Amino acid sequence: MTTLVLAILVLGAGTFAFRFAGPVLRARIELSARMERLMAMSAVVLLAALVATADVMEGQELAGVARPAGVLVGGVLAWRRVPFVVVVVGAAGTAAVLRLLGVP
Amino acid sequence: MRDIALLCAAVTVVGVSFGAIAVASGLAVWVPMLLSVVVFAGASQFMFVGLIASGGHPVAAMVAGLLVNARHVPFGFAIGDAIGSGWLRRIAGSHLMVDESVAFALAQPDPARRRASFWACGVGLFASWNAGVVLGALGGSVVSDTDAFGLDAAFPAALMALVLPSLRDPDTRRAALLGAVIAVAVTPLVPPGVPVLLALAGLLVGRVWSTPRTKSEVVS
Repeated sequence: MTTLVLAILVLGAGTFAFRFAGPVLRARIELSARMERLMAMSAVVLLAALVATADVMEGQELAGVARPAGVLVGGVLAWRRVPFVVVVVGAAGTAAVLRLLGVP
Repeated sequence: MRDIALLCAAVTVVGVSFGAIAVASGLAVWVPMLLSVVVFAGASQFMFVGLIASGGHPVAAMVAGLLVNARHVPFGFAIGDAIGSGWLRRIAGSHLMVDESVAFALAQPDPARRRASFWACGVGLFASWNAGVVLGALGGSVVSDTDAFGLDAAFPAALMALVLPSLRDPDTRRAALLGAVIAVAVTPLVPPGVPVLLALAGLLVGRVWSTPRTKSEVVS
């Protein structure tokens, strides 16, 4: 049990260190506009990669049909600039209805 | 604000399922609660609990969790200004840095709204995630399968909607598309957490591609 608690605490501390590095180091060094832009771009690239992997992969294998279909509907809605709530509910609803119909 | 509230509601439901799954897999009630307070990163928490439940060593689960959370380093550099200055703010704000709060901050055009969005989303998600986990751990599996509600599609769609405005910039769009392809392609081959880090290579290739074009533009 002690090992488990320690593992949780170290995971928490390590995750905090990852999160803390940026805000602290940014304050110490003057970032050029170019670097500033590159940082913003890298966050967008990470989020896009998260969306893509969460969308089509389940663990290390391909996900079923319902989730990608739901996200696709959400993506189209977002592209058409409908309100955020509609995007999220549309994506979830599509996936839920497809699963109700037996689509994996 | 309404958008953030919606996300908080969805996160509460996922929190309930996380708490319930953790306890159902044989872990003590306090384990998911402690994880949610000190780690506060959903994907790594699910991975940690999953590995322990399948007989993995806590240290291995910890290392896997750290790998999944390494993406917060670039996140911190990107939205550090939205957190604000002063040690207390930096410490609290860093702990509230999750995919959704980063995405909400990035989606705002001006610094004041970036800051407001980041904090509102971070505080709201921390409260709702932990409340959900407590409910799930104590109450058991009221919501056993969040996939039935399509919540697994809701989160990627929400992040996509928040990221979409940033993709209007051609350089960012190219890097993001390339990064997404790289991440999906390597997912079967590398441990969880690594694919999104490798996606950053999309930035390099994007720049290499854009260089000749800018040169020709200068010439013409």
